[in-house]
Amino acid sequence: MSIWEYANPLKFMGWTAPLVPVLWVLSGIALTVGLIWGFFLTPDDYRMGATVKIIYIHVPSAMMAINAWVMMLVTSLIWLIRRHHVSALAAKAAAPVGMIMTVVALISGAIWGQPMWGTWWAWDPRLTSFLILFLFYLGYMAMWAAIDDPDTAADLTSVLCLVGSVFAVLSRYAVNFWNQGLHQGASLSLDSEENVHDVFWLPLLVVLAGFVLLFLALVLVRTRTEIRARRLHAIALRERMG
Amino acid sequence: MIRLLIRDLALAVRAGGGFGLGLAFFLIVIVLVPFGVGPETVLLARIAPGILWIGALLACLLSLDRIFQLDFEDGSLDLLATAPIPMEGVVAVKALAHWLTTGLPLVMAAPFLGVMLNLPGPGYAWLVLSLVLGTPALSMIGAFGAALTVGLKRGGLLLSLLVLPLYVPTLIYGTEVARRGAEGLAVATPLALLAGITLAAVALLPFAAAAALRVNLR
Repeated sequence: MSIWEYANPLKFMGWTAPLVPVLWVLSGIALTVGLIWGFFLTPDDYRMGATVKIIYIHVPSAMMAINAWVMMLVTSLIWLIRRHHVSALAAKAAAPVGMIMTVVALISGAIWGQPMWGTWWAWDPRLTSFLILFLFYLGYMAMWAAIDDPDTAADLTSVLCLVGSVFAVLSRYAVNFWNQGLHQGASLSLDSEENVHDVFWLPLLVVLAGFVLLFLALVLVRTRTEIRARRLHAIALRERMG
Repeated sequence: MIRLLIRDLALAVRAGGGFGLGLAFFLIVIVLVPFGVGPETVLLARIAPGILWIGALLACLLSLDRIFQLDFEDGSLDLLATAPIPMEGVVAVKALAHWLTTGLPLVMAAPFLGVMLNLPGPGYAWLVLSLVLGTPALSMIGAFGAALTVGLKRGGLLLSLLVLPLYVPTLIYGTEVARRGAEGLAVATPLALLAGITLAAVALLPFAAAAALRVNLR
């Protein structure tokens, strides 16, 4: 008995079936509670006023955008090393979700930046590297869409994901070098000196949990859809043969 | 491997098209810029390093799909795959051939185009040096992109979408060297980083590109 057994498509469909509704409900609760708490029950910031509340959308979506890429990196590695099809399909399923999170982070950041910095967009390192991350997501998804054979597509996108990760990190530091930014430092580092005040921090944690659960639910649903699509394809092929 | 290099160079020169095309494209891009932003020499001098780098990058991109596509179509790539040289070596040689036929002419043409853009005097040496150091990375990254998309019917557009984001760090450090050189500032840091990217790309990417080629030839 090893954990890899759960990567068998049949077993995967089995244990994820009851999990998906639970994840939906939990993420719904966490997001509702966290967002209501954050939007209506926290004080306005003394410098930023009510716009500080965009943090409850901006920070979680930005974190998930990066974490989704990390998840794709891990699942791509698992595919290349252990050849579990579910792993490759999970990477494929996570990409659009991660891309949407990137867009949400960019747009919510622009809406926040307009009153705070007086501009929708600045060529700040963090903003720029997120834009580059968005391009990486686009390229990755286009690669999946362009190749017909599923195994070839999985192999090539996995290689692209590995190389892309290295270059994404490189770009992150390169743009740092290129321009010093307007963006503030981390709001959620483990070093508590840097953190935002507890009043904002606790609801932020709840929303963050909600975003993680939402991401898991979306990825599981999409992976299950991919597995079903693969089965349909196999059935269709078999019928044509017989 | 030297035979392969000579063969690729001969093909590039004799078969026409690809060899001079990149240079002509580079020239046209540079000529178009003053039409777009106006002929003020101060402005042109300020943006010259960046424009020259972007022009070189686009010209490099233009000829990437030829690295493997023709050999893939006529089957010689299959022969190379079964030949007693490692696939990584084939990739490296092909990237080198691409650099010799595209990157090197671009480097040599860049100072002349720099004159047209009114590049400040101290900038020329640094511009050429940054291009010499940076264009091999462009060729190698491009070879990786070309290896990924070699099996596709309409791979050209996808190739640009995949490769351009990968070019970002090289472009940043390359233009930084050229810009600082033109303004007479210290260039050691971006120069070292640019060289680092090129060396890392040349050392590691042949393995990724060879893996992609093996998948595509399966």
